[in-house]
Amino acid sequence: MQLTEEESAMLHGEMGWPRQWAMEHLLQVGAFFDAESLVPVRQAHMMADTESLGEAGVEFIEKLAACSAKERQVRIPMITDPRGIDFDHYRELGQADWMAELEQRAIDAFRALGILMTDTCINYQTIMPPGRGEHLAFGDTGVVIYCNSVLGAYSNFEGGPSALAAGLTGRAPRYGLHLDENRRATRRFVVDYQPENLAEWGALGALVGRRTGSYWDVPVIEGVTGSPGSDELKHLGAAMASFGSIPLFHIVGITPEAPTLSAVCDPDAIATEPVTEKDFSDFFAGYGNKGDKVDVVVFSAPQLSLLEMAELASLLAGQQVHPDTALLAVTSPVVAADARRMGISGRIEAAGGRVLQGMCFYQSYAREMAEANGWTTLLSNSAKLVNIIGGYGYKPTLASMRDCVASAVSGKIM
Amino acid sequence: MDNPIAGRRILKCHVGVGPRVTGTALVTDDNFSARYDLDRIAGVFSRPQHKLAGENYVDRILVVNTAKGGVASAWMLHEMASRGMAPKAILFNRVNPILAQGGALANMALCDRFEDGDITTLIRTGETVTVDPAHGEVIVGD
Repeated sequence: MQLTEEESAMLHGEMGWPRQWAMEHLLQVGAFFDAESLVPVRQAHMMADTESLGEAGVEFIEKLAACSAKERQVRIPMITDPRGIDFDHYRELGQADWMAELEQRAIDAFRALGILMTDTCINYQTIMPPGRGEHLAFGDTGVVIYCNSVLGAYSNFEGGPSALAAGLTGRAPRYGLHLDENRRATRRFVVDYQPENLAEWGALGALVGRRTGSYWDVPVIEGVTGSPGSDELKHLGAAMASFGSIPLFHIVGITPEAPTLSAVCDPDAIATEPVTEKDFSDFFAGYGNKGDKVDVVVFSAPQLSLLEMAELASLLAGQQVHPDTALLAVTSPVVAADARRMGISGRIEAAGGRVLQGMCFYQSYAREMAEANGWTTLLSNSAKLVNIIGGYGYKPTLASMRDCVASAVSGKIM
Repeated sequence: MDNPIAGRRILKCHVGVGPRVTGTALVTDDNFSARYDLDRIAGVFSRPQHKLAGENYVDRILVVNTAKGGVASAWMLHEMASRGMAPKAILFNRVNPILAQGGALANMALCDRFEDGDITTLIRTGETVTVDPAHGEVIVGD
């Protein structure tokens, strides 16, 4: 791989062991994907929850943090994905003290590296949305697919170690979506049904993601007649990435790289694949458990925007969550502060809901929470969450936010 | 006609990451995510819909179609390996960046892009497999 003088110096340990480790890691990954050089990146975003890191991961970060300040500080702005703990609520969720202690060790080590603990997977809505064409090293698949597709930024999926290596060096291997030729559409989907709520936008993402099914394919969607907003595109992308490991999509006439179909592909070279209203209804039916008692209703994955928090508070107005059902609304620290200040969180809590910040449900020891609280049936308006959470022993159902709230109030899936 | 996947054979692939290892194959044409599919404490596939649900993957040479889902697997492979509760190697038809990054940190053998086609049809569960990532080579059979 071609390296600059500075990159060679980092590789040979002239700028300390953390940067040497980081360069070795980037070169290993780059060689795997035939990268010919490294690309300078402007921001890094890292998955940093302790359920993923484990004791071994935290020890690794602590080893980096034990180096001198000059050697260990990240070189570009670096932020974090949700943690596994909300320190104000972990005991009432049935999470253990050892989880909070491990989380605190991780936070201390990350801060020593100069990382900003934003604890969010909606940084593109709340922290600093990237500009078009900006090269990044972002973790969290929902963050990557949104920034690539909706904002026209350039990032591969960067797992925690690679995002950290990018933060320490300011570089990422130049392969995949850092190259224009890999951003052309390879699959064409035509929708004949317009999603009407966030759960349906997630369902569209799931349908396209499941059929596409490869990181190396790029779907383009035709037939969307409205102008989806940030929350709609957030749920679309998060579900597509979750179901198909997809890092980039185009919507003709809506996303910046696809003003026309021919801008992203040769229309004659790719067959169209329909996405019908029946596909949507079949998808929801696959999660159907209507009439069942619901143990926990979760709004999370991605964290809620301020507008989603406000909508939830409005839907709960004048009602009480059933005493045998928990309702959790999970958001970022930035949104949580605003929602508290504006009285939105207070309204959710007055109705019997719980507002959690800086975490995300599935990254927060979900199996242990299920065992501690006796939770099995879970209801959410997040297609991403219902896709993931089955692996943790839950029986999930997907429904609109309105139906989720009605179910939380009645205690049964509506 | 001879069975095309009987006997000792060498399968060429792209250069991978991790050390040369030998173990027993566990094969599926399903996909893989450490977050979505596994009970990482027990060392078994836990998602009921997964084709390997209930199977123990510890110290096996796992052969799957592709990687799916989120970025967590990159840290998780490292965590699983630290407890001795990880596969010895994972072979994919085509992997996404996350699993390659995770293999690099965990020093776990990991390869993809096989020259002879679908790797999930070229190896059978129970066969002895040697994975040599540095040379882009997988040897099946004793």
